[in-house]
Amino acid sequence: MNEKLFVIPFVAGMALLFIILIVKGYKWISSLSKIDRLRLINALKSRRILQSAKDIFMECLIHRRIFKKNMVLGYMHMSLAFGWFLLIVVGHLEAFVAEKSLAVPFYLPIFFRFFETGKEFAGSKIFAALMDLLLLFVLSGVVLAWSKRFYKRLFGMRRTTRLQYGDQIAMTALWLIFPLRLLAESATAHQFNNGSFITQTAGSLFFNSNTASTLALPLWAAYSLALGSFFVALPYSRYMHIPTEMLFIIFKNAGIKLKKRTNSFTELAIYSCSRCGICLDNCQLNNAGIKNTQSVYVLKSIRNKNIDDEQLFNCLLCGKCQVDCPVGIDLTSLRITQRIESTLQYNASYAYLENQATTKAGLIYFAGCMTHLTPRIIQSMQHLFELAGEDYWFLDKEKAPCCGRPLMLAGQYDAAAKLIRNNTTQIIASGAKKLVVSCPICYKVFKEDYQLPGVEVLFHAEYILRLMNAGLLKTAPLQKRIIYHDPCELGRGSGMYEIPREVVKNSGQLIRIKNEQEHSLCCGGSLGNLKISQAERNLIRDSAINEYLSYQPEYLVTACPLCKKTFARNRNMVVMDLAELVLEASDEFIKRKKLKGNKVTNIRELETLIQS
Amino acid sequence: MEKEQKHVAVIGAGIAGLHTANLLAQSGHKVTILEKEKYPGGHLNQWHHLFPDHSSPEWIISGLLDEQLQFDHLKMISSTEITSIEKNNGHFAINAGNELRIYADAVVISTGFKLFDARQKEEYGYGLFKNVITSADLEQSLKSGQPLTTASGKTPSRVAFIHCIGSRDAKCGNTYCSKVCCITGVKQALEISEMLPETEIFCFYMDLRLYGSKFDDLYLQAQKKHKIQFIRGRLSEAAETHDKRLQIKAEDTLSGRPLRMEVDMIVLLAGMEKNEAHQMFSSTKLLELDEHGFFKSKNIQLTRNETTQPGIFIAGTCICPMSVNETIENAGAASILVNRYLEHQQLTNHHE
Repeated sequence: MNEKLFVIPFVAGMALLFIILIVKGYKWISSLSKIDRLRLINALKSRRILQSAKDIFMECLIHRRIFKKNMVLGYMHMSLAFGWFLLIVVGHLEAFVAEKSLAVPFYLPIFFRFFETGKEFAGSKIFAALMDLLLLFVLSGVVLAWSKRFYKRLFGMRRTTRLQYGDQIAMTALWLIFPLRLLAESATAHQFNNGSFITQTAGSLFFNSNTASTLALPLWAAYSLALGSFFVALPYSRYMHIPTEMLFIIFKNAGIKLKKRTNSFTELAIYSCSRCGICLDNCQLNNAGIKNTQSVYVLKSIRNKNIDDEQLFNCLLCGKCQVDCPVGIDLTSLRITQRIESTLQYNASYAYLENQATTKAGLIYFAGCMTHLTPRIIQSMQHLFELAGEDYWFLDKEKAPCCGRPLMLAGQYDAAAKLIRNNTTQIIASGAKKLVVSCPICYKVFKEDYQLPGVEVLFHAEYILRLMNAGLLKTAPLQKRIIYHDPCELGRGSGMYEIPREVVKNSGQLIRIKNEQEHSLCCGGSLGNLKISQAERNLIRDSAINEYLSYQPEYLVTACPLCKKTFARNRNMVVMDLAELVLEASDEFIKRKKLKGNKVTNIRELETLIQS
Repeated sequence: MEKEQKHVAVIGAGIAGLHTANLLAQSGHKVTILEKEKYPGGHLNQWHHLFPDHSSPEWIISGLLDEQLQFDHLKMISSTEITSIEKNNGHFAINAGNELRIYADAVVISTGFKLFDARQKEEYGYGLFKNVITSADLEQSLKSGQPLTTASGKTPSRVAFIHCIGSRDAKCGNTYCSKVCCITGVKQALEISEMLPETEIFCFYMDLRLYGSKFDDLYLQAQKKHKIQFIRGRLSEAAETHDKRLQIKAEDTLSGRPLRMEVDMIVLLAGMEKNEAHQMFSSTKLLELDEHGFFKSKNIQLTRNETTQPGIFIAGTCICPMSVNETIENAGAASILVNRYLEHQQLTNHHE
């Protein structure tokens, strides 16, 4: 029997994997929309391909983002990915040099020590040492990966992903590959003296001349089998992310984005998830004991085609998971798209909103449903408009059309589109140049899904800061310790972090805290979660409140009526909206100027008073 | 054998505390009532009329206080807030403000309830819109004898009562029913209707829980004679109009339609909540509280007035929301259990 046959598991596994990857890759590329395909072609022809190459190197091999999160975790991923990559590259170079040809059988570099038993060639000792070093590098990653199952904390993780069968098979194979390679190479080294500092030492440690010659071939065969099993299991496991992520990076850099309906890019994003579990610890649903609806599990269920509404809709859509996603998947949008897919049959009628009277005005104020539940904010906004002498129209004062965002979060895109059309008509007909909203949920949808040419959409924090900068709103900072809570839809959702902080700084003493800006906490009140119970929401809210209380603030200021309402139900803290804070600071200004007692309704009266 | 006189401390001089104290004094025990306010009577002092008979609560309080006068061994210490209770060898040491320390063989807690703070429901505008008041505010207004007016002094042409404020509302953390607000709303609606026959009155409810024997009669009277309209549906929000009226948004869940109307005045039927003083007892592990923060009974069926701590008893609305007559009955039941406990103690001591 030809002993070379032991390479068959490897060769067969590799071939199968290539076929699957080519079929999948072809499917993903060919089912792109025409525009996206053009984007891709342009990107491949332009310098963006270099950017993609760099990103692939930095993220798929070096794992830069994971390094940023935790050094040990980053090293583990890097040693496995980059180490294995170098083993392949250097192994090939070694084979090319040894054979003095580029036309070597493709399995040769993989099983080089088995075939090249002691032949001297240029740099053979250096290659042997280098290959041993690289093997050590990879093995250190395997040891870390194995110990991560027991010492999560060392890797900065409190939770790791629960694995499915495909993952377990592939992972076991992966963990076996390199120890088996070490043993096989050691046995051969003991026989033929073709190893270096690791394999040679291990060879004399583990084997005698008898065992080395009997065990060498079985060990090489086991190594080949482990490789073959890994390749066969790969497409059915999380390790599919290895080839997929590269394509995902190229697609993303070409400007291809997630759509409101699933397409091949959605699938690519789903397959790119490595189930590393970094998103798990960020999820505040843990505080409510909800453990199976996190992004990693939803992506897994979508990929396995067994996603159900319980899992899909039990999410705050706060976006905390995607902040640290090493692959950079837009997890929130992906989940919303999936929700749209699962609620296609629903559609509502908004006939009662039609034929509404429009008022001509320079500025429109849209309070939104949530601000209507917090009338103090409405009152403050109206007060601010009066102070600024604004000619404004309170669009949803009586009839309250929804902005559409809550429906969008629930996946009811067609219904949301009807509301968006209705509101767009009203806004355009009013001739307004500015649209001010006091709810970040409304703000996000007005910014992203409305087309309002000639109308500037302003969040109230932006509007207030402009008034302050223009001298139209004068405040004196209150002697109060203030925590500013970033609402999810405004912070991670719309990237607005600094503007509201500027407003707070003009109105009181802002304290900086650990979990803020993109790492800020969700209040638990999110409209995005359609499954969570009130008691579970309270647990999320209370854990956030407790964290805030540890800084001993006097005010908790937020810029979202829903956050305000949610937090205010815990009765241990004074909670208010930015608009309310600003008015208190404006009163403080009037008080300090000893103007109290004079009724001030707008800035001109205030200025007259200051002058007199 | 001569019966040794036992000492019972009663905490709280609302009607539950007063009635329990009187019954215990009548049984021959020495009784001390501790009250944090200046005057006894509790919440009832602020109330105008009681359901279902529109009687005045004043005679209840004065009746209970008059009864006290016959007992020399009953005394009341007011304006005194207790700071802690300790249990030693089956006896209790009660520490109160101004360095007062009282020893007792048994303790009755009758600390009552706290009215739900309607500002929690910001969407209804209490504390923000002048014409939004609570049932307690309305009762005080009625008690003043002045005709009911809006904040600007006008006679309201439309009044809306909103049921279940702070009751059966998971969002504000109270999932239980406060039980007495439905009938209070009906009673107050009738009173306004009698005072201002031209005023239209609406009650927004989610369920009408008219559990008492005479309550349905009032409800029928309200609908038939006074044309008070009952709309099934909770309010989503209230907003103030430029002329300080109030716009209400709700859903009429019987007709399945959204509803919008303007009224001159809103009355929020605020529910009953745990008294925050309860926290003191549970933090020292002396007593257990139930899931709503009220005192936990040893057995909810048989020994409602016994706590999880032998020798400490509970009476009235510190157990759960109750009406006035239920509170009085409950106080009676408490006194029987205290008596039984003290007699048992007497026997054991004698045997020792």
